[in-house]
Amino acid sequence: MPTNGHEIVRLENAWKVYQMGTEDVKALRGVNIMFEKGDFWAIMGPSGSGKSTMMNVLGCLDRLSDGAYYLDGKDVSQLDDDALSELRLRYLGFIFQSFNLIPQLTVQRNIELPLYYLGWDAARSAERAKELAEQVGLGDRLSHRPTELSGGQMQRVAIARALTNDPQVIFADEPTGNLDSATGVQIMDILVKLNKLGKTIVMVTHEPDIAAYAHRRLHMIDGNIDRIEEGEHRTLTAPSAGHASPPDGSRRAETFVAPGEDVTHATRKA
Amino acid sequence: MRQARIVRNIGLGVENLLLHKLRSFLTMLGVVFGVGSVVAMLSVGEGASKHALEQIRKLGSNNIILTSMKSAEEEQASTTHSHMSMYGLTYEDHRRLSESFKNIKETAPAKVMRKDASLRERAMELRVVGATPAWFHLVPRELIAGRVILQGDQDKQSPVAVLTEFGARKLLATEGTIGQTLRIGGSQFEVIGIIQSESGQAGNIQIPDQDIDVYIPLEVSQRYFGDIFAKRTAGTDEREKVELHQIIVQVDDPKNAESVGAGIERMLGMFHKKKDYAVSVPLALLKQAEATKRTFNIVLGSIAGISLLVGGIGIMNIMLASVTERTREIGIRRALGAKRKQIIMQFLIETVVLSTTGGLIGLGIGILIPALIRYFSGMPTVITMNGVLLPLFVSMAIGIVFGIYPAMNAAQVDPIIALRHE
Ligand SMILES: Nc1ncnc2c1ncn2[C@@H]1O[C@H](COP(=O)(O)OP(=O)(O)OP(=O)(O)O)[C@@H](O)[C@H]1O
Ligand SMILES: [Mg+2]
Repeated sequence: MPTNGHEIVRLENAWKVYQMGTEDVKALRGVNIMFEKGDFWAIMGPSGSGKSTMMNVLGCLDRLSDGAYYLDGKDVSQLDDDALSELRLRYLGFIFQSFNLIPQLTVQRNIELPLYYLGWDAARSAERAKELAEQVGLGDRLSHRPTELSGGQMQRVAIARALTNDPQVIFADEPTGNLDSATGVQIMDILVKLNKLGKTIVMVTHEPDIAAYAHRRLHMIDGNIDRIEEGEHRTLTAPSAGHASPPDGSRRAETFVAPGEDVTHATRKA
Repeated sequence: MRQARIVRNIGLGVENLLLHKLRSFLTMLGVVFGVGSVVAMLSVGEGASKHALEQIRKLGSNNIILTSMKSAEEEQASTTHSHMSMYGLTYEDHRRLSESFKNIKETAPAKVMRKDASLRERAMELRVVGATPAWFHLVPRELIAGRVILQGDQDKQSPVAVLTEFGARKLLATEGTIGQTLRIGGSQFEVIGIIQSESGQAGNIQIPDQDIDVYIPLEVSQRYFGDIFAKRTAGTDEREKVELHQIIVQVDDPKNAESVGAGIERMLGMFHKKKDYAVSVPLALLKQAEATKRTFNIVLGSIAGISLLVGGIGIMNIMLASVTERTREIGIRRALGAKRKQIIMQFLIETVVLSTTGGLIGLGIGILIPALIRYFSGMPTVITMNGVLLPLFVSMAIGIVFGIYPAMNAAQVDPIIALRHE
């Protein structure tokens, strides 16, 4: 597999085998794949084909049984639990199908969570949370609890939370799976805009409509890559689509500019 | 910086516990009662034993107190009519004491009898103590007016008397009374002083002085009132001969008190056919009281330990349930980058906040109860620094000990499993 300066994640002969009693379940069977910085990938495929397994490995939540995983050029497949946590904390963002907000915590506290582990003080964290909540159009909901929000709003909170650490890659496992199609489109608009701002996005989805927003589509089958579709992708939807859907994409886009916390990231983008 | 972080962590822990106020409160109830009862019991126990120790200390830790008492045989014989019983410590015993033991510093022999006394038109029964000047060294009390009995009074056999403050008040004696005449059992004495007195019991020894004492020179009492006392009770004419009712012995060093006490006991045993005396060593009593207190503390400690153990198990139980209930939250935190040890810290802090808050509430209760007891019953209670710090420290430790297992459980949560779609 060729390497170049644009690579962000790379799997080499990646195997994931689950022991189920006497039987081995091979969730990944020697996958080789490379994503570049700034890419927007959709991972598709039938149920049980290994999409989530691959996402978990790429997201440093899980380790390969065999093979190697390079994140930003560094082999992370042998790292221990603490080191993987550190990578997730500093470089990765997650968006889940079921939002995964902490129900007891307010919107603000939910968004602040990664900052807490990054060691930010309370005042700076609150400021950053407010800024991000405003960017996803929820500036007035900071003290609400997730249960008081709609599905789309909850997912926007989750996106804000995924952005707090200014991640290099955002992993989204079926981000629209629990939303109606109109709300799903709003979420996709935000993701597209984030991608435009330079964020690498890896998204799992079943829906071809949603996958159409990605630049590249990876089809999986039986724990391996079936085929890769490139090119043709959908751009931003019509302005009427809702809250986060801007009347003028370029102007609204700047609301997603994250403060330049990560210098290496900034130089890399330049 | 680090401190600010700890404060923030505790703040978040408190915030989390406040989400379930009732549950948090019920969880710490065990520790509340545990700590509350320990602090209260310690305070009451400490108060009681401090009182006892103070009483014993009043007897003097390098004193030995010898008291005359009727032997068992004599007690029986005295039921017959017109019997004269002879018992107790003798002048000879007293002389021998000072000669035989080089560790004895001073001795205060005393004759004690009850007599009617009158000062002008006031009259009352007093306890007349025939004492030497040494008495006032060995039973040191504050002098209110005048002076105590001196060697000169002894030598000249002057009929002088020292009243106690209580007796003086009863007889309407004041500073101006000094120099006036006190009649005791038909004899006249000159009041030369008024002295403070103590009274009460220490362990099973009577404190040497009493409120209704009047002190006169020993030899005067012997000359005026003799050694024979008539006691008329219920028709029997009972007489007894006692030379000395009490001898207080002071040794040079408290560490010799017990050995000298044993020596005296042996010596008296050689010269007395019957056991008509008692030897008490306050220091031995003190040691015994302290040993009792230690035992009490051990018992108390065990009860405290058990109740705190139960409290701790209660906390652990709830925290384990809480971890199960919050699996998803833990998974989320882990996915966002929380390390295992940070999850452990989070849960540990919650448990410690819970148990320490319980400890503080318990402490409040434990201080309030003895205060009420003191207020309503007058029983002395003492709150010691240890009695406060120890339970607090222990309740904190309980949070750590019983929180660590649930916290480790929490840290073992696998984010992938925890975050699977419901
Ligand atoms: N923890 C596990 N233990 C055993 N087998 C597992 C485990 N996780 C996943 N598998 C198996 O691995 C295979 C791939 O699962 P995975 O969750 O990656 O599929 P998926 O493509 O995400 O499917 P879906 O579209 O239904 O989410 C499946 O056969 C699944 O049963
Ligand atoms: Mg899946």
